[in-house]
Amino acid sequence: MQASGIDRNRSKLNRYSWMGVYLLCLLGIMLALYLATIQIDYVWRWNILPKYFYNQTQITITAKSEGTVASISTEKDAAVIILKTTDGETEKYKVPGTDVWVAEGDTIYPGDTLGAYKEWRAGLLTQGLYLTLKVSLYSIIFGIIIGMIGGVARISTNPAAKWAAMTYVELIRGSPLLVQIFIWYFVLATLINELLKKYSIPEISAVWYGIAALACFTGAYVTEIVRAGIQSIHRGQIEAARSLGMTGFQALRHIILPQAMRRILPPLAGQFISLIKDSSLLGIIAVRELTKATREGITASLQPYEFWFTCALLYLVLTFTLSMFVQYLERRMATQ
Amino acid sequence: MIEVRNVYKTFYVPHRVEALVDVSLDVAAGEVVVVIGPSGSGKSTLLRCLNHLETANKGHILIDGIDILDPKTNINKIRAEVGMVFQSFNLFPHKTVLDNITLAQMVVRKRKKEEATSKAMALLKKVGIDDKANVFPDQLSGGQQQRVAIARALAMDPKVMLFDEPTSALDPEMIGEVLDVMKALAKEGMTMVVVTHEMGFAREVADRVIFMDAGRIVEVGPPEHFFTNPTHDRTKLFLSQIL
Repeated sequence: MQASGIDRNRSKLNRYSWMGVYLLCLLGIMLALYLATIQIDYVWRWNILPKYFYNQTQITITAKSEGTVASISTEKDAAVIILKTTDGETEKYKVPGTDVWVAEGDTIYPGDTLGAYKEWRAGLLTQGLYLTLKVSLYSIIFGIIIGMIGGVARISTNPAAKWAAMTYVELIRGSPLLVQIFIWYFVLATLINELLKKYSIPEISAVWYGIAALACFTGAYVTEIVRAGIQSIHRGQIEAARSLGMTGFQALRHIILPQAMRRILPPLAGQFISLIKDSSLLGIIAVRELTKATREGITASLQPYEFWFTCALLYLVLTFTLSMFVQYLERRMATQ
Repeated sequence: MIEVRNVYKTFYVPHRVEALVDVSLDVAAGEVVVVIGPSGSGKSTLLRCLNHLETANKGHILIDGIDILDPKTNINKIRAEVGMVFQSFNLFPHKTVLDNITLAQMVVRKRKKEEATSKAMALLKKVGIDDKANVFPDQLSGGQQQRVAIARALAMDPKVMLFDEPTSALDPEMIGEVLDVMKALAKEGMTMVVVTHEMGFAREVADRVIFMDAGRIVEVGPPEHFFTNPTHDRTKLFLSQIL
């Protein structure tokens, strides 16, 4: 907070020394944690983490049929192996790089390795982060759509729309998200997938039921935020719009919603930050998002401390980016 | 142009308030009617009933022969013909002055953008602020904002203009500029119903003055008669308090 005239004047030295106290506290906590882990013989191995983000995998190219290697030539950055099969046909294999495991004239059986190359692949944590991002993004988009419709329905004079919106909001807000995810996955997903199977339509994967659960959950809160935003706009605005002959929908679209958006944004940002964090619950329905990926990484590496700190930091990166983006939007709207 | 027949309006928030009791009124085309009365007398409610911002509980209100209390009436169509100017201006703060005036023309009247813009510019010139077309309402003074609000209502080519205490929220030095616009409008033959406390305006412009108290029309008359020789004691008391 900016120093105001309310408090007595304080010297610069006073201010700097309290900054120092803050930094010391921060360092003290970190040091205490480190010393505690030394006491119980925990060995920190931060160096194992990078491969969980990005690693090199060897990919082998195998023959599909039986035959002999007719020729090996190089083409740009790849080796080309021509295989003459026992049926008298020729097959062409491309091996990026130079790592060819066979020679001309070799007899090859199906499944034999012809060559190999290395490729950079996203590691466990990157995949988890990507899935968390994807799930959050879809849930935010669907949440906004549900919330907009719900918010408008909530203030509608039509009893069906109004009561439906109220029931939806109360049901969703009144039960734990964890239970809702279970209902989506173990009740609705089973039902829907069984029905789909009956009409031989491909099943829907767990991720989408997770997204549905999160979107419905967020939608209820967005509904209330949108309702509050619309109701915060002065009554005179809707009266002015309607007195010019606009329909209720036209007034909402051109006059009320653009103004409400500005007020809705800050609470909406808070809601979406919550949503990103809540997506960590999807691990329980076998969606390998960031938290689930972290747990798997720990199982593989036995280094829980590094993984959990990294996991928390990655969530922070996501939420902080979102928060910055919304602040940018707010500023842009304010200068409009 | 406007026919009000035995209209009742009761509010129930938080207590039962009878805002209009058996009000009947006729306004002919081209007539300027000024409604005065103490606060809470129902004059604003009457005005707001005329374009259905409030729904009258009983009676009939006919605008150009169409009963606006009939559920089958398309009220949006009627409202486009009835301009309304509010005490608190109610300009759209997220739109420029020009957009404030063109929006309803395009959305409701389905005019092309160029047509709406030239109409808006002509009206801004008429109310004397065509140099402020591209600023936002909060950069204008109260008087300028109210003149934009008048231009916004006029852009719909209304048959009637309703003014709900248009100068009550203004600083004293800005009242004149708004009243001048309204006087010019009256001179052009616009049908107007004006709720105001500006007795000078009523005396100069009104064809008829209506005095309301406790939801009833107490006295109606031409301004000369009304201000010099009122018949009812309530009117005399009111005039003695404000003049």
